[in-house]
Amino acid sequence: MPEPDRQAAPDSRPLRVLVDLNRCQAYAQCCYAAPAHFTIEGREALFYDPAPLAEARADIERARISCPVQAIRVEDPERGVL
Amino acid sequence: MVAERAVVVGAGLAGLRGAEALRRAGFTGSLTLVGAEAHRPYDRPPLSKHVLTGAVAADATTLPSFLPLEAEWRLGTAVTGLDRRNGRVRLADGSSLAFDRLLIATGTRARAWPNPHEGRLAGVHSIRSREDATALRTALAAGPRRVLVIGGGFIGCEMASACRTLGIPVTLVEPSTAPLARVLGTHMGDVIGALHTARGVEMRCGTEVEWLEDDGRGRVVRAHLSGGDRIEADLVVVALGAVRNTEWLAGSGLSADAGGLDCDADGYALDTEGRVDARVAAAGDVARFPHPLYDGRRVALEHWSHAVAQAEHAGRLLADRKACSHYAAVPTFWSTQHGINIKSVGLTEGADGLVIAQGSPKEGRFLAVYGREGRCIAALSVDCARWLPAYAAQVAARAPFPPIHGAIDQPEHRPVLPPGFS
Amino acid sequence: MADATLLDQVKDRKNRADPYPLFARLRETPVSRQHDGTYVAATHAAVASLLYDPRISSETLPPSKRPLTGNPFTDWVVKPIRQHITDTHRPFIFRDPPDHDVLRGAVMHQFTRERVQAMRKRSDRLVADLLNEKCGAREIDIVDDLAYPLPVTVICELFGVPREDEPKFHGWATQLATALEPDSLDDDAVRAKNSRCFDEISAYMAGLIRDKRRHPGDDMLSGLANESAPGIGRMGDYDLVATSILMLVAGHETTVNLITNSMLTLMRHPEALERLRAEPGWAPRVLEEVQRFDPPVQFRTRKALADLAIEGTTIPEGAPVVLLFAAAGRDPQAYADPDRFDPDRHDNRHFGFGGSLHYCVGAPLARFETEAALAALAGRLQNPRLAEDPPYRPGAALRGPQHLRLAIDGIA
Repeated sequence: MPEPDRQAAPDSRPLRVLVDLNRCQAYAQCCYAAPAHFTIEGREALFYDPAPLAEARADIERARISCPVQAIRVEDPERGVL
Repeated sequence: MVAERAVVVGAGLAGLRGAEALRRAGFTGSLTLVGAEAHRPYDRPPLSKHVLTGAVAADATTLPSFLPLEAEWRLGTAVTGLDRRNGRVRLADGSSLAFDRLLIATGTRARAWPNPHEGRLAGVHSIRSREDATALRTALAAGPRRVLVIGGGFIGCEMASACRTLGIPVTLVEPSTAPLARVLGTHMGDVIGALHTARGVEMRCGTEVEWLEDDGRGRVVRAHLSGGDRIEADLVVVALGAVRNTEWLAGSGLSADAGGLDCDADGYALDTEGRVDARVAAAGDVARFPHPLYDGRRVALEHWSHAVAQAEHAGRLLADRKACSHYAAVPTFWSTQHGINIKSVGLTEGADGLVIAQGSPKEGRFLAVYGREGRCIAALSVDCARWLPAYAAQVAARAPFPPIHGAIDQPEHRPVLPPGFS
Repeated sequence: MADATLLDQVKDRKNRADPYPLFARLRETPVSRQHDGTYVAATHAAVASLLYDPRISSETLPPSKRPLTGNPFTDWVVKPIRQHITDTHRPFIFRDPPDHDVLRGAVMHQFTRERVQAMRKRSDRLVADLLNEKCGAREIDIVDDLAYPLPVTVICELFGVPREDEPKFHGWATQLATALEPDSLDDDAVRAKNSRCFDEISAYMAGLIRDKRRHPGDDMLSGLANESAPGIGRMGDYDLVATSILMLVAGHETTVNLITNSMLTLMRHPEALERLRAEPGWAPRVLEEVQRFDPPVQFRTRKALADLAIEGTTIPEGAPVVLLFAAAGRDPQAYADPDRFDPDRHDNRHFGFGGSLHYCVGAPLARFETEAALAALAGRLQNPRLAEDPPYRPGAALRGPQHLRLAIDGIA
């Protein structure tokens, strides 16, 4: 998960992740695909990193497409909206 | 032919999604977004949760855009007035913007502590903006001896949860007999209150904070309760709900007050005579509209999903005036407190019955359904999200209450309980 | 069979290669009654609605059936006990909450992200090794040479099943997977065979569990046998046997079809194969699209616990309900141009791994294995050609080619 209180320079955090938590059903597929950026707290509360670094792009993409209810949206400045 | 000009007032979640919907629906004219805050639209729910615990940086929640807006941004610029006759909005910097279509999504702000002097004391916070969250995070990280949360709504409860995650002693004061009583009724409020108590939150329900005392140097040190009790607290969070940002509409001729801007069932703004202004639509927290699922009762909803759905609706409406359908999305919300996932569908207001339909409150995972006059009007899930879609369908269909019999994971007896709305 | 219902025709082996026209006809009625009283949900909306409905039960198995042996002690003492144990300790795919949640919770506690990530790396290595073995070959059978051995090795390593015992599982798994086929359990001979098979594999697993208790390893079975999950405790022995059998059978019978169906689809869409060769990072999207377009688990059968009104039909209490995942994947109401294979499509809410509380536990593993396999196959097979339309295995519910033989110029 993101380190506490890390203040990264804006251009080193190019991805923007948003999960529709109304839609989320805690299938946790994102947690397996991108363990550093998604986790389930308690029984079913999803916590995610809204601003992952670009290096995580492939894992974030895996997380996004594997979501059974398609609750994850990603804006990637290099690739547009996914 | 003059190119059409669209202005979106309010650069939050609703403003952003509304602007996108305008573009998606084929609007090709000029588009300007005006925001009082200096930031691009950002997501607020994390501000009262993981931003406070330090797990997410306050500036990390900028919302993704879903399509290139090709818009002009006027950020850090509050809107001060609406001149409908000339089709212009006035801005705080003295300039004005002409519009042919206007989306109003000015949202809400945190209700301030009624005593302005006390409200300005060091150590007294509220939470709505990114700056609020940054300040509160800094204050929490400094290790306060005890936090006092005033108000047991969702924000107050999330705040108390964040304190416990950080291991900080916290007291929550709520005037009704249970937290969340206004939204969930006292029955469910008691259940959720017990979850907080079990996790170390000191719950003081049925009492009010009368005044805040400072140390003589402008820093809060304790709160005095209506019963005479005192709470020693060096950090106070005022969580008394939200006030709708409608003051700027005074004199515009639109029907607006502290409860919101009135809209018709399609989402167009209404004037004080009840006439539609088809150039102006509203969305999100600020819009008060008749909800078809609730017999046309006028509601203004502060939910995340509602801001998205209604803004998308309003954007389409403004882009294509013929696309005139009623807005009818079923309200939904979620909250996480102490790692517990609380989700809801529908509106509980006016409920006259409550059943535990799935799971068991004793095990800390259950789904409750609210009924009114024999119909399902809302469902509340506490760590039981898997059954919520089935009950959401019952709510959307206004199915007979209580619904769904003979199911798995159901309590054997499901008596209809009083929901506890005063 | 003039009066064969559409579901009968789906089950008919001669339609195995392409059931999709039948699914299109089934979708005309979102939830349709078949002559035997089974109800079939064929649209995306109907499948989704039933998947999340608590009135739909997974406890569909009839009592197990063991043939008489003639030995009175076996027939009148051992058999009824075994029967009782089997019937009260079903694997959790056939159980409802609360039992289901306890068993699945214990498994999920052991199915850690670290274990899955380790198997992700392992999959890459295994795929490379399996393809290296075929270097110089002019033909490859995707099933025998890669799609079967890969997931089988992964599940055995994950569970700590000794490699040399793996061949025993081949027959057991195939036999036990018939439990997911409709009608198969109406046949007493099949049920008897399943029971015998279950007894054999149970005896093996019980022995293995004893080993794991004496010499715990860092595998999942050791974890399940020796550790308690918080709030759940340690699984009872009979449940542990049933659960580990379920995991091993699932590991043998499903991912093989996902990999094979994916490769078959790519062979039929050469432009997609070409793109994957150039862009291996596309593999995750390819496999998600295959889960919509040609999923290995085509349907699951459940049971209605109460009269249930849906889409103009009332499913009566007790009726079997077929959730036709593969038909939902081609629903034009849910997907634009649904018969087109398009890995770039948006909002793909397929049911390839099922949904709701029975969502495939092994999905993350299946994804990593299939990604590794597809990226390597696209990258390394030189000039692959489909040698024949592949023969299919018998199953209609768990459906996939028996073999997928490709002519190749070599392996890079």
